[in-house]
Amino acid sequence: MAMWQGAMDNRGFQQGSFNSFRSSSSDEDLMDIPGTAMDFSMRDDVPPLDGEIEEDKSYNGGGIGSSNRMMDFLEEPIPGVGTYDDFNTIDWVREKSRDRDRHREITNKSKESTWALIHSVSDAFSGWLLMLLIGLLSGSLAGLIDISAHWMTDLKEGICTGGLWFNHEHCCWNSEHVTFEDRDKCPEWNSWSQLIISTDEGAFAYIVNYFMYVLWALLFAFLAVSLVKVFAPYACGSGIPEIKTILSGFIIRGYLGKWTLIIKTITLVLAVSSGLSLGKEGPLVHVACCCGNILCHCFNKYRKNEAKRREVLSAAAAAGVSVAFGAPIGGVLFSLEEVSYYFPLKTLWRSFFAALVAAFTLRSINPFGNSRLVLFYVEFHTPWHLFELVPFILLGIFGGLWGALFIRTNIAWCRKRKTTQLGKYPVVEVLVVTAITAILAFPNEYTRMSTSELISELFNDCGLLDSSKLCDYENRFNTSKGGELPDRPAGVGVYSAMWQLALTLILKIIITIFTFGMKIPSGLFIPSMAVGAIAGRLLGVGMEQLAYYHHDWAIFNSWCSQGADCITPGLYAMVGAAACLGGVTRMTVSLVVIMFELTGGLEYIVPLMAAAMTSKWVADALGREGIYDAHIRLNGYPFLEAKEEFAHKTLAMDVMKPRRNDPLLTVLTQDSMTVEDVESIISETTYSGFPVVVSRESQRLVGFVLRRDLIISIENARKKQDGVVSTSVIYFTEHSPPMPPYTPPTLKLRNILDLSPFTVTDLTPMEIVVDIFRKLGLRQCLVTHNGRLLGIITKKDVLKHIAQMANQDPDSILFN
Amino acid sequence: MELKASVDYSDSPYRLDIHEGALDLLFKGWQGKQNFEDVRCKCICPPYKDNSGHIYNKNISQKDCDCLHVVDPMPVRGPDVEAYCLRCECKYEERSSVTIKVTIIIYLSILGLLLLYMVYLTLVEPILKRRLFGHSQLIQSDDDVGDHQPFANAHDVLARSRSRANVLNKVEYAQQRWKLQVQEQRKSVFDRHVVLS
Repeated sequence: MAMWQGAMDNRGFQQGSFNSFRSSSSDEDLMDIPGTAMDFSMRDDVPPLDGEIEEDKSYNGGGIGSSNRMMDFLEEPIPGVGTYDDFNTIDWVREKSRDRDRHREITNKSKESTWALIHSVSDAFSGWLLMLLIGLLSGSLAGLIDISAHWMTDLKEGICTGGLWFNHEHCCWNSEHVTFEDRDKCPEWNSWSQLIISTDEGAFAYIVNYFMYVLWALLFAFLAVSLVKVFAPYACGSGIPEIKTILSGFIIRGYLGKWTLIIKTITLVLAVSSGLSLGKEGPLVHVACCCGNILCHCFNKYRKNEAKRREVLSAAAAAGVSVAFGAPIGGVLFSLEEVSYYFPLKTLWRSFFAALVAAFTLRSINPFGNSRLVLFYVEFHTPWHLFELVPFILLGIFGGLWGALFIRTNIAWCRKRKTTQLGKYPVVEVLVVTAITAILAFPNEYTRMSTSELISELFNDCGLLDSSKLCDYENRFNTSKGGELPDRPAGVGVYSAMWQLALTLILKIIITIFTFGMKIPSGLFIPSMAVGAIAGRLLGVGMEQLAYYHHDWAIFNSWCSQGADCITPGLYAMVGAAACLGGVTRMTVSLVVIMFELTGGLEYIVPLMAAAMTSKWVADALGREGIYDAHIRLNGYPFLEAKEEFAHKTLAMDVMKPRRNDPLLTVLTQDSMTVEDVESIISETTYSGFPVVVSRESQRLVGFVLRRDLIISIENARKKQDGVVSTSVIYFTEHSPPMPPYTPPTLKLRNILDLSPFTVTDLTPMEIVVDIFRKLGLRQCLVTHNGRLLGIITKKDVLKHIAQMANQDPDSILFN
Repeated sequence: MELKASVDYSDSPYRLDIHEGALDLLFKGWQGKQNFEDVRCKCICPPYKDNSGHIYNKNISQKDCDCLHVVDPMPVRGPDVEAYCLRCECKYEERSSVTIKVTIIIYLSILGLLLLYMVYLTLVEPILKRRLFGHSQLIQSDDDVGDHQPFANAHDVLARSRSRANVLNKVEYAQQRWKLQVQEQRKSVFDRHVVLS
């Protein structure tokens, strides 16, 4: 016990923690059920409670001593039993069986009275109600983020004196002084130089604008990183790797909490507005999952059961992607393909419902006008030609190459950040990167505009009504037939736009590597799409000019008649964006569906699929993992990859612990250990669970008991039950063993014993063991030999073994 | 193009004075008198013959949103009107400026509150604590908001002030717990780089 307390004092977490789990209605239970110390020196479980010493200095007004609950120790489950420590894996089997028990109980009771019947019906509907609420909340938050980000992005350039809350586009919305050539200028919108020195022309005005731009960018970035650092350090990064891990059964307390939600929403807007090369789609998934987690606490069914909660989180992730792209189906498929681990069919329908509600809510908030959901919604439907598959495949190859390059360089940079001095200065790093981005971005109009606007302009098909530089074609035709423009030669504007776009491409490729992974919310969907869109548009304009100037070549002659609209550069931009996004994230189906929902039509499915498949194959040939899996591996999360086969011929006994020279497996006996023995075992070891055997001689297995449950139960017994002292015998059997007279009363702990632990024999091939771990979501598995307990395999051992077999560093697996 | 000299903006207060002009503009902008119409019909007409391209905006209902109603004055005569109008593209658009205004106000107020709280936590509270407990008891580190010491001090504070209301106790206790949680998170993310690197 003394060692225990010594270890406890350093953490300083426990004083109030014992109280927190007592008052089950406390708000702090939201995310931090029985205060746990996150101490990584002991990587396995850590005793959460230190109730004994700190009892007297209790804080709560409610009072511990006079327990509020009339509890029969033997019958009622103790609160805290069955919950998990931070940074641990849940036991899927146990959670699922608990949910089935609960459901069975409610169904049985529902026959008794009307009230119980209503209760059972409302329990069934609670899932749908929860989905509705999640959709509403995610949609509203996405609308808030969109509108605020639009406004703040334009704040860097000026302000609207016709209504301070309008951004540039909305400022000139009703203006009558907008000209055809220059749709951006209107008197209501004043740039900073106009406000400060009352003029917009001249070198000095340019310098003033430049300076204000950089200043605002730095201010936003500084605010973002400070808020993250002070309030919610978990709000940084994209969030998708951690959510993947959480959905596979890992627990990170506070990652989906209310402070993380608030800070992530606020700082996401700041980060996007500061002009950095990052997107908001990944963080929107995190925001939606936070909403899901917070709303789960209103419903008993989901609050207490970690497995059910993860079903809800899968649906929330779908809602997040749905509002990011305006693509409900794509969102569901993204959740299925990328984020979720277990995705039962019931979740499919509910995710779709949540995604639809979220998209509908966003549409009714109407942040972009015209009831569009995304800024770069595409509206053209010009057909494509078969020979264009060649450039599309080229774009796919480019996307794959870029994806592999990005992943490798980004992981190398993140590893540097993790291990060297660079990681000690997060605020300075953010400011430096922002300064470099802002200084390099201002001179080029394509880098100055926000990335979504850039993508929108690149996706746009040029018509007569467009007057941007990219659409500066020479109109040498006589009449236009039905709105379709033939291929035209490029004017001066197009050539200069091409140069600027090429520079933009280089800048974005380089700067995104350093931006993704900084300590502010950052996503990478939009930057990857931007890189692809620029490359696609460049190629598309090249093809278009080639077709115009060499229309007598065989290829063009057979497919493109003269005067027809043959090549659409906007389509190339779209295909390029899909290729690059696929190369980085290795999405397949979800990517194509998202892009097809963006375009609103099935015409372009074949080019998109061709490019996506090519880019995935090329990228897979160069590097096995997508960006999210690479980050999971970098952080050492215990994520068991579900998509890959384990193809080695090792056996269970090669992996199990204890190894040959280690001390024997630490077991508990079913009825011959005292409280003191158990407590000493707990304090001397750091295992998260112990097998229970009939006796040390026979080593026949009875069950498995978790460390956390043992600690809580013993503490509870010492306080509540009369006469339980250190020499009391603990028994796990149904009836107490016969004891001589005048011995202290015995302690029954059968209710925390798992009577059906999974076992394999020692000669089971590891393929089967890995399969069992994946499919059932196990945390540990016992190994027997001829019916006697031999050892234990935990998920961490499996992960280390896989890493070893793949020649990676097995010590990089940090968590269990 | 000089925005000030040639066109007559009878309702926009452009002045040559730098400071007064800017503030005045901002004040008028806050009241938002100029831009409150929420529907428009936007017609974009490309260059045609001798006419340059033009954009027409009008606050008009959806059924009237076409070239004939919106393009006013018509730059071409008679039979050319039809040809001109065929090239024009008219779109009916709606927005809600109230939504935009409310959203921006909500966002800025939340941001402002958070900034104030951050300033309080990082600057004001250590000064207050130093005054309450005296220099010797606190071992302050520069960038840690709440390390273990303040927790022990809070402990003392609460032990001392049993007469304070229970609500305040709970609030302070909750705040201390939250600060410790954030500190643990900060350690894992920023210092040890275990999560989210």
